Amino acid sequence: MANDRIEKQIELKAPVARVWRALTDYREFGEWFRVKLEGPFVPGQTARGNITWPGYEHVVWEAVVQKMEPERLFSFTWHPYSVDPKADYSKETPTLVEFRLEATANGTLLTLTESGFDKVPAARREEAFLRNDGGWAQQMENIEAHVAKA
Amino acid sequence: MLQRPSGGAGRRRGGSLRDGAQVFAALGDETRLALVAKLCRGEPLSISELTQSTASGRMTRQAVTKHLRVLERVGMVRCVRAGRERRFEFNPAPVEEMREYLEFVSAKWDEALGRLQAFVEE
Repeated sequence: MANDRIEKQIELKAPVARVWRALTDYREFGEWFRVKLEGPFVPGQTARGNITWPGYEHVVWEAVVQKMEPERLFSFTWHPYSVDPKADYSKETPTLVEFRLEATANGTLLTLTESGFDKVPAARREEAFLRNDGGWAQQMENIEAHVAKA
Repeated sequence: MLQRPSGGAGRRRGGSLRDGAQVFAALGDETRLALVAKLCRGEPLSISELTQSTASGRMTRQAVTKHLRVLERVGMVRCVRAGRERRFEFNPAPVEEMREYLEFVSAKWDEALGRLQAFVEE
């Protein structure tokens, strides 16, 4: 019936080392994830920075780095789409995000899993939706701008 | 490409929704899952009907009542009265809501991974 995890796979036409850098170098991560991180990712420590999406620059993004096994596994815990600056998310159980890398003939197979949604409070899920209603138009513009640049 | 989670039926305001954890816990029991499966067919059922329909066939009224209470508490089942008889019906809102939330987060990852792909392949 219901499921409490997300799993995605994508094959990237780039070597594992390149993908690893894009995931774990805080500046590179920030480029595609749209967050301006204050410093490097360190296991056991909180990574923090302001979101760089227009309209969301006031929102601080936070994640606690769990594992960094070079070119194999990068993971962190976070509170997905917790964008209310006034809310205290620290009492809520975070979800776990894992990026797994595997070399293939053409590049890298990236497997992303996010698990632990059964612990996300209902109120938070509603909030993500409500905020998203206003956010979609902005996101479309973002993607359009990105595509136009490429 | 971008997909807005469809429908809004599961996103009800107010206090009827409970934590996802409780919904999952409520479903994490074979008997309750069997009761939900039976109620999912749409028609409200009485306790006697539900007692007959459990997989084991040996459920007592008390046991069925107890399991229905758990499902009621998380909002998955609600009691409707038909005259003097109490019937129970399935309420899909909590399950729907969880599914929609996962779809939302999932769509966000599609976007992020798309940007990552553009970033490393350029």
